Amino acid sequence: MAMSKNKVPARPSPKVSDEIRQTTCYMCACRCGINVHMQDGKVKYIEGNKNHPVNKGVLCAKGSAGIMQHYAPSRLKAPMKRVGPRGSGEFEEISWDEAYDIAAGWLGPIRETAPEKLAFFTGRDQSQSFTSLWAQAFGTPNYAAHGGFCSVNMAAAGIYTMGGAFWEFGQPDWDRTKLFMIFGVAEDHDSNPIKIGLGKLKERGARVIGVNPIRSGYNAIADDWVGITPGTDGLFIMALIHELIKAGQIDLNYLTRYTNAGFLVNCADTGPDAGLFLRDENGTAQVLDQATGKPAPYDGKSVKPKLTGHFRKAGDTYRPAFELLAEAYMSDSYAPEAVEERCGIPARRIRAIAADLARVAFEEEIVIDQPWTDWKGEKHDQMIGRPVSFHAMRGISAHSNGFQTCRALHILQILLGSVEVPGGFRFKPPYPKPPEAHPKPHAGHAPNQPLDGPHLGYPLGPEHLLLDDAGNPKRIDKAFSWENPFSAHGLMHMVISNAHAGVPYKIDTLFMYMANMAWNSSMNTSSVIEMLTDKDENGDYVIPHIIYSDAYSSETVAYSDLILPDTTYLERHDCISLLDRPICEAEAVADAIRWPVVEPDRNVKGFQSALCDLGAKLGLPGFVNEDGSQKYADYADYITSHERRPGVGPLAGFRGDGSESGRGAPNPQQIDKYIENGGFWSEHLPDDAQFYKPWNQSYQDWAVRIGLFDKAAPYVFNLYLEPLRKIQLAAEGYGDRQPPEHLRAQLKKAMTPLPHWYAPFEQEIVSEEDYPLHALTQRPMHMYHSWGSQNAWLRQITGVNKLFVPGGVWEEHGFEDGDWAYVTSPHGRIKAPVARMDGVNGKTLWTWNAIGKKRGAWALSDDAQEATEGFLLNHLINELLPPKGDGLRWANSDPVTGQAAWFDLRVRIEKAPKGGPSEPTLKAQKSPVGQGPKDVTYGDDF
Amino acid sequence: MTSLPQSTETKLGLVIDLDTCVGCHACVVSCKEWNTSNYGTALSDVDAYGAEPQGTFLNRVNSFEAMPESGCSQTVHFPKSCLHCEDAPCVTVCPTGASYKREEDGIVLVNEADCMGCGLCAWSCPYGARELDQIFGVMKKCTLCVDRIYNENIPEEDRVPSCVRTCPAGARHFGDLGDPDSDVSRLVAARGGMDLMPEMGTKPVNKYLPPRLKDAPSDATLEATHKTPEGLFAWLDKALEKL
Amino acid sequence: MHPAPSVILFTTLSGLGFGLLAFLGLGLPPVTGWVAFVFFCLAYVLAVGGLLASVTHLANKKNAIKAFREWRSSWLSREGVFAVASLLVMAVFAIALVFFDIRLRTVGALGALLSLTTVFTTSMIYTQLKTVPRWNMWTTPPIFLLHAIGGGALLAGQPRLAAVSLILLGFLMVWAWITGDEKGLGGTTMETATGLGRIGKLRLLEPPHSGQNYLLKEMAYDVGRKHAQKLRVLSLVFGYALPAALMLLFTVHHTTALIAILSHLFGVAAGRWLFFAEAAHVQRLYYGK
Ligand SMILES: Nc1nc2c(c(=O)[nH]1)N[C@H]1C(S)=C(S)[C@@H](COP(=O)(O)OP(=O)(O)OC[C@H]3O[C@@H](n4cnc5c(=O)[nH]c(N)nc54)[C@H](O)[C@@H]3O)O[C@H]1N2
Ligand SMILES: Nc1nc2c(c(=O)[nH]1)N[C@H]1C(S)=C(S)[C@@H](COP(=O)(O)OP(=O)(O)OC[C@H]3O[C@@H](n4cnc5c(=O)[nH]c(N)nc54)[C@H](O)[C@@H]3O)O[C@H]1N2
Ligand code: SF4
Ligand code: SF4
Ligand code: SF4
Ligand code: SF4
Ligand code: SF4
Ligand SMILES: [Mo]
Repeated sequence: MAMSKNKVPARPSPKVSDEIRQTTCYMCACRCGINVHMQDGKVKYIEGNKNHPVNKGVLCAKGSAGIMQHYAPSRLKAPMKRVGPRGSGEFEEISWDEAYDIAAGWLGPIRETAPEKLAFFTGRDQSQSFTSLWAQAFGTPNYAAHGGFCSVNMAAAGIYTMGGAFWEFGQPDWDRTKLFMIFGVAEDHDSNPIKIGLGKLKERGARVIGVNPIRSGYNAIADDWVGITPGTDGLFIMALIHELIKAGQIDLNYLTRYTNAGFLVNCADTGPDAGLFLRDENGTAQVLDQATGKPAPYDGKSVKPKLTGHFRKAGDTYRPAFELLAEAYMSDSYAPEAVEERCGIPARRIRAIAADLARVAFEEEIVIDQPWTDWKGEKHDQMIGRPVSFHAMRGISAHSNGFQTCRALHILQILLGSVEVPGGFRFKPPYPKPPEAHPKPHAGHAPNQPLDGPHLGYPLGPEHLLLDDAGNPKRIDKAFSWENPFSAHGLMHMVISNAHAGVPYKIDTLFMYMANMAWNSSMNTSSVIEMLTDKDENGDYVIPHIIYSDAYSSETVAYSDLILPDTTYLERHDCISLLDRPICEAEAVADAIRWPVVEPDRNVKGFQSALCDLGAKLGLPGFVNEDGSQKYADYADYITSHERRPGVGPLAGFRGDGSESGRGAPNPQQIDKYIENGGFWSEHLPDDAQFYKPWNQSYQDWAVRIGLFDKAAPYVFNLYLEPLRKIQLAAEGYGDRQPPEHLRAQLKKAMTPLPHWYAPFEQEIVSEEDYPLHALTQRPMHMYHSWGSQNAWLRQITGVNKLFVPGGVWEEHGFEDGDWAYVTSPHGRIKAPVARMDGVNGKTLWTWNAIGKKRGAWALSDDAQEATEGFLLNHLINELLPPKGDGLRWANSDPVTGQAAWFDLRVRIEKAPKGGPSEPTLKAQKSPVGQGPKDVTYGDDF
Repeated sequence: MTSLPQSTETKLGLVIDLDTCVGCHACVVSCKEWNTSNYGTALSDVDAYGAEPQGTFLNRVNSFEAMPESGCSQTVHFPKSCLHCEDAPCVTVCPTGASYKREEDGIVLVNEADCMGCGLCAWSCPYGARELDQIFGVMKKCTLCVDRIYNENIPEEDRVPSCVRTCPAGARHFGDLGDPDSDVSRLVAARGGMDLMPEMGTKPVNKYLPPRLKDAPSDATLEATHKTPEGLFAWLDKALEKL
Repeated sequence: MHPAPSVILFTTLSGLGFGLLAFLGLGLPPVTGWVAFVFFCLAYVLAVGGLLASVTHLANKKNAIKAFREWRSSWLSREGVFAVASLLVMAVFAIALVFFDIRLRTVGALGALLSLTTVFTTSMIYTQLKTVPRWNMWTTPPIFLLHAIGGGALLAGQPRLAAVSLILLGFLMVWAWITGDEKGLGGTTMETATGLGRIGKLRLLEPPHSGQNYLLKEMAYDVGRKHAQKLRVLSLVFGYALPAALMLLFTVHHTTALIAILSHLFGVAAGRWLFFAEAAHVQRLYYGK
């Protein structure tokens, strides 16, 4: 304040703060490094950490608003038990001991009799390697995080096709790429890195093509905007492939060396081996060797596969997978003219984009003079780059045809030879990691026993599905069942409805962490609320117990019985581990920590520390010492002392005596070392390991040294995906594990080993006349799901979400500024304020995600805009499709992975009486933390 | 000192690239965060958790749609803060002398110890760059982070405005627009940097780089050299042999 | 612009007060003694009351005293200086007249000049603002001055002058309304405000914040067209036509004078409300308004 007394001096140099503490942001899952400036023991200013691999100094709006989150009035203050009915928000504060007693009172008996009666699901956290360890020790098969409703299509398609995905697990070569295509991204997890990357492209004048029904954010700055009709990207991509193949614009060298294009496929029409690869006695897939014209193992040292030709054996014809691929996509049904109307993109435009891709990939090739050696021992003098790159996220994955669409995009990348090459798309360690190298899912449970292995993984055929002897799903969310065989992340969005229905079985306790499942992460929010509050004939809740850990007074808190209050992100230890969702860059491996830069001033505890306590109280193996005493004093103790494999622990940096990386004995001083180093650890990949990672000897050796895996494991990309074909074969009647009759047709259609496009399910079922429009959500860059609204600064920017209506529809309905509309889907109706937009696909409505709030939540006033005008589109989306008349309710999910099909929604719109409140209007919950203060003058203290 | 200086030693200001701004509001919040606990009084928020929250911000981001004669509309995100005008009307109208433009570098500041909160300067600013704080009763505006850019307690590379340091996309640039050889002046020259409301005669120091040409129609097509799979395969065999 | 009651009250009352002071300074009506005392009281109550009202508009009143500092460049500062000067000079004149029955003609004339100059400086606060095209017109100073003169004449019992001024004022107001309507934002558009006109026609997609803020409240006030037309008629009829008619067509005694004055006050207040409410600030373009 000193300066306000007088004019500032010419070159003012005031003190900024007493001290900087460096930790990791958690205003979202991007996990940027932050410098927290402290003054008088208070957080004064948060800025980006310039040395941090993720954000390199920049910070997003949420990150800068961290102060307001940290001091938010909505913070929970102590453990609580519910005293009013569920949903009322009436709680009583209790001690931690009492909280543990209650939890153990529910969980202990379950573990002794039927551990599967605990369903433990976690949301936005990044401690899944720890929480899953806990769940495994408990012995329940019912554990997953939120990936199933998030973007499992993207993750699974990437892993199955190329051993790595977009998501935050890879990145374009921002420094070299010349043409960048971005599909269906509003923000993504790599918030800051994508923006930094786009900034680099803009600085160089590189070209950006945005494929998105909505022209906002990244698409606003794209040089070309392709306003595609939702759910049709697969078609569009296949038309691009059609064009490229017909013109012979594909990277043949790349295809023969690094993909399964040459693998010989059994071309019989039927039979148990139809569509499977020809394999030798070791099970190695065979190719036709160019030199001999004979089958040879694909990984043979000097073997160079042919991409054409055929081979006959035992009456069957085998052809290279590439021939099947070429035939599939050269088909007229994927010609630009054939798809233009459906996609809403003129054929001329599709052709031009294909031509541009080919031109940049093949005529603007870049070369780095960096020798390297490939997996077959061949030495190369240079690294050849194809400077076209791609990124995509939920816009293509959150559809019921998303898995195959994502696959199609990867196939396009691979045909262009632009994965893991300079200028193309690059994996971030620990990726690449092919499906074979991932664990398989496990669900073997028994009373008082830990689970027989990790819950989640990548099945390679029917043999890996989690089915009981009767063929029923073993998991409460029906993951890895015939409904969605490759549901690699589980299906969190099905847990509450399945638990409520008691299908496949009833559970006793639902334990959730950091997921607002009673609100914005549920489909069909109003009925989920009913399920959570529904009682059986005895007057007991149908879902008997709900334990929940949140840090704030969210909607879901009100629907829980026992609350374990978490700290804010500035008050706890965390580790951002290579065992989990790491923060690596393509050229460097990295991990990081959070540490209490301020101590909590309330009776709250880091959730993971609470799990250490609870695990010990329950006597879970791995959480107690031999004498039965508690093994990990808290999460920090776990982070430094736990070993996953000998020498490999949650943190890879500063191991042993502090000088070892990757592998090494636990180091009790490890966390201090991280703090000294700015909160993270990072190590560069060797120069010759920077590209071609799946096939690069130097990379493979480095990865083994650092502990990513235990022995070199090169592999080739799966253009043709055999595991899918195995599921199809089961659907065709082969094998001893057989799907139920009603699912056979769907499996045959959706599990094609080469991606084909089919219309999203909901669109197939509902009539276009009744529901002519698509409705989507987008993430605002400055809000994180439901967290943003409790933030005094952020909620001023977007406290109301309008429904954006394309100009044509706007005029057709005679809307005017300030109008409200009813939006109706086959599942329900909402009322919302509208606004016009012209830069949007003409059949698409949209709104910002998760702005609408329930009255009483988040310590906001009951008349807060978020509750009176803000609205949730989720009320219109159902986890089940509308009835088709076959007596079954089909899941509104991708049939391969179970990905929630958020963006398949069809609606109609009509004018509503002007003015709020938005509908549905739900009863207010009582705030267990009171209401925020009237005014905020934060900063006046300094 | 309400009169404007004849000239200033440097003309410090911002250059904002509308071709790069993704509209993320990072600069908005970073600005709020820095300025609420540094220069002058805090930037307060009234009814912060209520029905009509209203706080003081020095930098805000609008979104527009621009509709060309033909083709589809373009979305432009548009950050706006004080432009540190050379001919700043906000300065000359100020009765107390609280508003002034510095001779050293041209930064327009409010000396809060003198401001009586009459609001006239905000009326005179065409750009909506001044906000009267509702609790502290003084006029607030972008300070160009005068307490950062010379601050010897900050590492040299970080002596830039908070909004510039934080912008993830690198859409904000800071420098001396009076020096034709500075990076920012070169950028303005290369990209056709422009003034807002030139007709107001305020001569803004800050410049905006216009969006590049979008949706340029291309008629490129690939020649379908292979009409059928058989044709393709025949070519492939030969092509592979050559490799 | 937000029609803040304090500012409306200020400009209306102080205009009248300074108008009356000007007349008193010129010896119109040629009152003395207690009658003069009453007249001066009225003038001072109006002028000072108006000024005080304007001080309540300040968010940081303790610094109001500093407002005199920048008279070299700031019209608001000049207004303060002239207001105080006229009040002081007129005080000398008044004291001499009321208590000593001395008419200091030069002092009176000077006071009258200062009073009208004060009104002029007030008008210039608005006129100078390029950002509010409806104020930034040559008509603004004469309108303020004629208000002071016409209203002052009414109070000072100068029926002819009052009538003439008010009729002139009526025409000028109509002229200002019409040109103001035509002028709109004076060539400033969303396209020039953003420099994006080179792409095409602009539309606001999303405002920078969903809630309120100072700028929106202060600068983006909206008044319906129909509503405005009604108020214009009211202001014309009551502010100018009726008082002028009363002055010209009837013999002026206390009741007609009182009716004329009240009617004028009401009309002027309506007009002043409109003066603010109708004035569009170019800033609103950033909010798509
Ligand atoms: N319509 C529509 N719905 C969607 C989506 C969509 O695109 N459209 N997207 C879906 C997707 S991809 C996702 S991932 C989900 C996300 O939805 P959720 O997983 O429900 O995410 P949040 O709303 O952020 O809720 C997380 C909870 O964590 C709490 N929390 C915040 N910080 C902490 C902390 O430090 N500790 C603890 N213990 N809790 C904390 C918050 O208070 C909040 O209650 O939404 C889904 N819902
Ligand atoms: N600021 C912020 N960042 C976040 C989050 C947040 O809440 N806020 N959430 C995090 C989480 S959990 C996730 S999962 C990621 C998700 O990050 P994104 O994948 O960016 O998620 P969405 O915002 O749902 O954006 C989906 C985009 O796809 C477009 N789209 C919808 N349908 C189609 C289609 O059929 N085709 C194409 N081409 N596009 C389509 C939509 O218009 C929208 O732009 O973001 C993460 N990052
Ligand atoms: S993107 Fe923003 S909110 Fe997310 S971690 Fe980085 S700075 Fe924090
Ligand atoms: S931080 Fe940068 S990209 Fe984000 S809104 Fe501000 S200027 Fe635009
Ligand atoms: S932008 Fe407005 S506040 Fe800034 S100098 Fe120009 S006129 Fe003054
Ligand atoms: S509000 Fe303050 S800075 Fe602005 S004109 Fe009035 S006194 Fe000057
Ligand atoms: S220069 Fe500083 S005060 Fe100005 S907008 Fe940027 S951060 Fe805010
Ligand atoms: Mo997500």
